[in-house]
Amino acid sequence: MTVAPAATGGEPMSDDLLLNASNVTKRFGGLVAVHDIDFTIPTGSIVSLIGPNGAGKTTFFNIIAGIYDPTAGVVEFGGRKMIARSKRAWLEPFIWFSPGFVGIIATIIASGAGASEGTIFIMAGITLVALMATMLVGVARPPGYQHALPRIGIFKSARPNDMVGVGLGRTFQNIRLFQNMTALENVLVGMHTRLKATWLDAMFSTPRDRREEKEAAEEARGYLRLVGLRGKDGELAKNLPYGDQRRLEIARALGSKPKLLLLDEPTAGMNPRETQDMIVLINRLRRELGLTVLLIEHDMKVVMEISDRVTVLDHGEKIAEGSPEAVRGNPKVIEAYLGAPAE
Amino acid sequence: MKATPRVEDDKKAKVPNDISSFRVWRKRLVEAANKHRSWTIVISMAIGSVLLYFWAAFPPFSFVQSQNTWISGFVNAGVFILLALGLNIVVGFAGLLDLGYAAFFAFGAYLYAFGASPFTHLHLPFLVLLLGGAAVAAVFGIALGAPTLRLRGDYLAIVTLGFGEIVPIVFLNAEKYTQGTNGIGGVDRPNIFGFVFPGIDQTAYYVLMSMVVTIVLILVYRLLDSRIGRAWAAIREDELAAAANGINTVTTKLAAFALGATTAGFAGVLNASKLTIVDPTQFLFTVSFTVLAMIVLGGMGNPLGVAVGAFILYNIQAVLLKQLNAVFDNLNVPILQDIDFVKFQFLLFGIALVLFMMFRPEGLIPSQRRRQELHSADAESSEDLALVAPEAGEVAL
Repeated sequence: MTVAPAATGGEPMSDDLLLNASNVTKRFGGLVAVHDIDFTIPTGSIVSLIGPNGAGKTTFFNIIAGIYDPTAGVVEFGGRKMIARSKRAWLEPFIWFSPGFVGIIATIIASGAGASEGTIFIMAGITLVALMATMLVGVARPPGYQHALPRIGIFKSARPNDMVGVGLGRTFQNIRLFQNMTALENVLVGMHTRLKATWLDAMFSTPRDRREEKEAAEEARGYLRLVGLRGKDGELAKNLPYGDQRRLEIARALGSKPKLLLLDEPTAGMNPRETQDMIVLINRLRRELGLTVLLIEHDMKVVMEISDRVTVLDHGEKIAEGSPEAVRGNPKVIEAYLGAPAE
Repeated sequence: MKATPRVEDDKKAKVPNDISSFRVWRKRLVEAANKHRSWTIVISMAIGSVLLYFWAAFPPFSFVQSQNTWISGFVNAGVFILLALGLNIVVGFAGLLDLGYAAFFAFGAYLYAFGASPFTHLHLPFLVLLLGGAAVAAVFGIALGAPTLRLRGDYLAIVTLGFGEIVPIVFLNAEKYTQGTNGIGGVDRPNIFGFVFPGIDQTAYYVLMSMVVTIVLILVYRLLDSRIGRAWAAIREDELAAAANGINTVTTKLAAFALGATTAGFAGVLNASKLTIVDPTQFLFTVSFTVLAMIVLGGMGNPLGVAVGAFILYNIQAVLLKQLNAVFDNLNVPILQDIDFVKFQFLLFGIALVLFMMFRPEGLIPSQRRRQELHSADAESSEDLALVAPEAGEVAL
């Protein structure tokens, strides 16, 4: 087998970390789903996260993807702090309302000082517009605003779409394609962050919009070919066979040109041949697109074959970490999977 | 004599040939229409409007009412078409149920009343106010959208319902600025580059309305097929997956609210300039409900279906029901004479909605995507796919 050079330690791993999660904890009420996990993903590697059902793998995954805020801990992506527990989030509404508040005070003072009705009307209008503008910025959270917030001591975790913006693509454990869109449209939705046409471009059908749509469709077909869905771009997602749906979900995630691809059980429910194809595909993605991959998987054969490093979770805690061989022989791991040996 | 059998052969061969060539031509026509959709809309709207305008003077239209009354009714129907196209962006494209849509209609109308009436002594140009009304409605669309976008489904519907109730009440009670129940009367008729629209003859309004509807139809179709149209469809299908693919769900939904409100703003200005009076009773919940019913019956998500649905439903409510009254009055049937069909319109809408939900949930002229959603595993749709897929595949190769 030449598909897994890293498993034998043949491929040097670069030292810089694409993702660095430290002390991540997540509680749901009284349940500690993930407890104090340190986890790093070196650039260019394939890292696996395994563990029995309910071990907290998917919760951890969702924290990285920006869906849940962690109860404690920090996740850095590409050297930047992206996800952590919110800090002084209650201050944020004050920022939104301060321009409106100033405007209201100014209007009241003006009316007290006997300004004309027209002036007061205009001042009230300006207040309203200012209030709306700040609200809009607060709700839409453009990147500039997000970068500015930490400087005044407020921190809020990135949302899923922000994580996609910085270079994270993901698939879901239970396939979540847009069922009633064609395969091509699914990939085009995946490319959303990279397309620049606004609704104004679309309305006036500007040359930029038309050129972009054309090029995007061409590129999307390229991704479909890459994952092995050549010629299926007109098919509705829900009419594709199961294995193809998994592949389409990967193609959709590739659309955003991610640096890190999170795959949540990509071979679940596949037969051995399809599984083998998936292994080949994942290796190919790393080789051709330079992707870093984080894998959650139940199929040990897949994990052992393609991972550079394996991390084992059980009951929300990290119980082992290391090369596939080391993990395979670890008594704690064997215990977690097979139960403690009878005394 | 020699040629005869050959001719017969030709004739035999021609029968299927004709059908297939008809199919080929139809296919070509559909392809051309899809390729040059904006031109298709312009041409068909132009032909349709001209045809309707002159036909209104002849049977069967002329049996019912005069040509001018018909034209006036068509203009009113145009207002509802605009409303339906706008609400379709919010409900049909983005999947956000908005029950207070008439509020945005009110903002457009009141802006025109403030900008061009003896009440404020302002007489601004019509076209400026047309755009201004749309802009103001869009601003309020964002104002409503921004705080409510974390809500979903039922909750969003309740909030928008509240907003739709608040707005007419504010206009009703702010008597100092809106003259309350009396409304603002004597609003200017449109004045476009010195041409003042006459009050009795509705032709000018009809032409203007046809043009506005055409433009809005083109823009709405373009939106549907664009990056943002795909984002709306994605949010409608699976919001989490949409966010996980980089779509900023907040701004995308806000755009839907703002663009939907814009269209209502146009409709409000046009309606105010036609009626020359604006009062709060024009913007009650019944308007929001009627427009929603038009969308559902016409085919949610499909601009053409929505426009046709609005046109038909408006004419049923404004013409057919009145005519039924007149017919039964003349027939001298005691019980039927006492029934006022106009008062039953919402009962009839309700029945129509129930029947449509049972037998044709996708509406009169459905959008392709909505139909897929509603009839998930139909043999018919998979047959369609079998025809389409190989072609699309060839393009890919």
